[in-house]
Amino acid sequence: MHKLNSKTPTGDIEKRWDKHLFDLSLIAPQNRAKYNIIVIGTGLAGASLCATLGESGYNVQSFCFNDSPRRAHSIAAQGGINASKNYQNDGDSTHRLFYDTMKGGDFRARESNVYRLAQLSGNIIDQAVSQGVPFAREYSGYLANRSFGGAQVSRTFYARGQTGQQLLLGAYSAMSKEVASGKVKHHSRSEMQEVIIVDGKARGIVVRDLVSGKISAHTADCVVMCTGGYSNAFYLSTNAKGCNTSATWRAHKKGAFFANPSFTQIHPTCIPPTGENQSKLTLMSESLRNDGRIWAPKKIEDCTKDPREIVEEDRDYFLERMYPAFANLVPRDVASRAVKSICDEGRGIGTEINGEKLGVYLDFSSIIECIGEDKVRAKYGNLFDMYERISGENPYQLPMKIYPAPHYTMGGLWVDYNLMTTINGLFAAGEANFSEHGANRLGASALMQGLADGYFIAPRTVANYLAKNKLEPVDLNHPNVIQAIDDTKERINKLMNAPEPKHSPDYYHKKVGRILWGACGMSREREALKSAIEEIKALQIDFWQNVKVTGVENDMNQTLERAGRVADFIELGHLMCRDALEREESCGCHARLEYLASDGEAKRDDENFAYVAAWEYSQKGTILNKEQLNFEFVKPSVRDYT
Amino acid sequence: MNFTLHIWRQKNSQTKGEFCTYQVDNIDSDTSFLEMLDQLNEQLIEKGEDCIVFDYDCREGICGACSLVINGHPHGEKKATTTCQLYMREYVEQTELWIEPFRAESFPVIKDVLTNRDAFDRIIQAGGYVSTNTGSAPDANSQLVNKNDADAAFDSATCIGCGACVAVCPNASASLFVSAKIAHLDRLPQGKVESDMRAKNMVRQMELEGFGSCSNHRHCEAVCPQEISISNITLMNSLC
Repeated sequence: MHKLNSKTPTGDIEKRWDKHLFDLSLIAPQNRAKYNIIVIGTGLAGASLCATLGESGYNVQSFCFNDSPRRAHSIAAQGGINASKNYQNDGDSTHRLFYDTMKGGDFRARESNVYRLAQLSGNIIDQAVSQGVPFAREYSGYLANRSFGGAQVSRTFYARGQTGQQLLLGAYSAMSKEVASGKVKHHSRSEMQEVIIVDGKARGIVVRDLVSGKISAHTADCVVMCTGGYSNAFYLSTNAKGCNTSATWRAHKKGAFFANPSFTQIHPTCIPPTGENQSKLTLMSESLRNDGRIWAPKKIEDCTKDPREIVEEDRDYFLERMYPAFANLVPRDVASRAVKSICDEGRGIGTEINGEKLGVYLDFSSIIECIGEDKVRAKYGNLFDMYERISGENPYQLPMKIYPAPHYTMGGLWVDYNLMTTINGLFAAGEANFSEHGANRLGASALMQGLADGYFIAPRTVANYLAKNKLEPVDLNHPNVIQAIDDTKERINKLMNAPEPKHSPDYYHKKVGRILWGACGMSREREALKSAIEEIKALQIDFWQNVKVTGVENDMNQTLERAGRVADFIELGHLMCRDALEREESCGCHARLEYLASDGEAKRDDENFAYVAAWEYSQKGTILNKEQLNFEFVKPSVRDYT
Repeated sequence: MNFTLHIWRQKNSQTKGEFCTYQVDNIDSDTSFLEMLDQLNEQLIEKGEDCIVFDYDCREGICGACSLVINGHPHGEKKATTTCQLYMREYVEQTELWIEPFRAESFPVIKDVLTNRDAFDRIIQAGGYVSTNTGSAPDANSQLVNKNDADAAFDSATCIGCGACVAVCPNASASLFVSAKIAHLDRLPQGKVESDMRAKNMVRQMELEGFGSCSNHRHCEAVCPQEISISNITLMNSLC
């Protein structure tokens, strides 16, 4: 077994990052131009990293599969970004944000990393404001805050329901400044295919130009992956259609350990699917739970009625009933499971698909009555409009219908305190790594982590790596470069020429998605996981035998792009199920039916499972490595939201 | 629902394109416009044909990737909506649809209905930022911003960079896109410092990219999925 070294500093938790910063090696300004860094992905982590490295004087090559860096899926984040500024004087502090994040993650994250994240949270807001990010403000001119996702303090900064858009455009503009300065060379419509490893170090990538189909190699001194999460393994998720695991998965197959792949967050408030051909699900911001009340009919026969005709005493405000203290604001995993259990009882509402009605009401009539429609519009106007566009129903008059959907993946590439994977010189930042959120991420913490990694952490730790390693340039004719190109071409050739082409990539994507949603979604169970593992194995064989990709490879070919991504989702799906099977406890998002308390809350087993599961790829069978989690500053407690 | 689709097919930027006609049947009214095209592509794969290439990503109206001119309207006729948020229930009356790329010299067709909008990135690179470096920012509340200014800045900053304003303009002007960024940053004290230079540089780049000038047709404002106002253009002109 590989010995995992998290490189976590020791000593007082408040001083660890500062001490570490001092211990990291520096590169003098005049020497930075000698170094080349590849950054893959231009979401919050990637764009902020490109900007910061460029400003510092390094040469950066960046890549994204979209037509512009500004399209990265960070743009769709609605609700907000946390920071422990304590501007509202309600008792917030770095320590409280640290504690809340640890507890929210059900004590499956590394203390040192989480503390650092909380420490850096304030700087992110300062940076964004200086870039011209138009956060919400009070009439006084000061920044506004709201409480978000069950937090008992108001620490969330927001820009209407488009916080991700505004933060990403801020990072994108900072990156654009460095493209203009010549320090960042950006390549759009370019998809990473392979990592190039020379002498045990990541030294470049193979890229497919999505317009011409041309395969090319790019070398550098190190590589940073900021390639986001893998919720699209479920096929239907809130992620953009293009989001994929291919970069992280191919790195995994080259030696980067994949951590906690089964830790996937299901967001409770999404618009339910309406038919078999739906291509994605849309999230309705969690902030709506601040004022909306979630309910389902008490009686099954009421489920087909107009909700306005169901009288108050026939409504079950089940979150308020089950969790009186936090009520509609319980964490995402708790809310999602409660909604699922109501629908499993047969009390779901909305369109019936495959004999099931999957939906409950999110009702704004109380708040509209209380503060008036105008004030509700000022707070949530764009979200209500979006809901109406998609559903065709007016949420000012009819309650919204919602159901949980895959949204975010806490799992990802294993990284040490320096955000470096188990491959030397290969770093992972943002949602692509497993780091700070443990088994469940709190609302408004994803933007915080992506930007902390990109603006403040990776720039320092990457520099340290470059300073400490003597790296000779890698020639494009190096045998490992040629090999990576050949592997890429062979793989594409296989996808284009399956022995008996029958089914489209989407056919397989839907299949693996359905298996995962059933066995590795909101609840997991031993036998179901075992049979899912077998089903996925069979699906993988079927895929390579029968996948049908039309068009040609040396041209723009979106079917081929999709086929490559689906192949990786199938392999990852297999590992997600194995990870979920191995973890014989419930924690955060991971609800093993065998290990739930009678009230449905997760029953953790700290004695046996307080570890990060870091999976090591091997053709003979993937191996589980464990990084034990030690809690020196928080005492793991039972998450109790009742 | 059944539809006859006339879709622009073009091999690459060098060749001439043409409309090809396809039939899609049994489309559910809650299907989105792009999901309808997905279903057509599934049919094409079944027949062994090359799929229709089109830009899309988030499918929730915020990334700005999707485009398409539908029956002559960029992003279709529905107000304040991107193509990805159109639903076939809007097309009960129109069962024959003409689907084309955004047309402008500065947005060359790459293939089928997918175009190259890199010119927008280059305009932002010409000055669409505040020259602040990471780590140098003062405390976020050290500079107060009038709420109305912050709200107005947000209204401009909400641009998704889709390019519908260019596609609809008789001059193929990018004035709405460019002015939205200029106005967003001009309305905030953090951006105000560089306003004049920013406006000049961005407008110069817009001209270099071959976009036309604004002659007040106001079609851009009408078609903008984010309802960005042409008052931004007035502000831009006052700075140049």
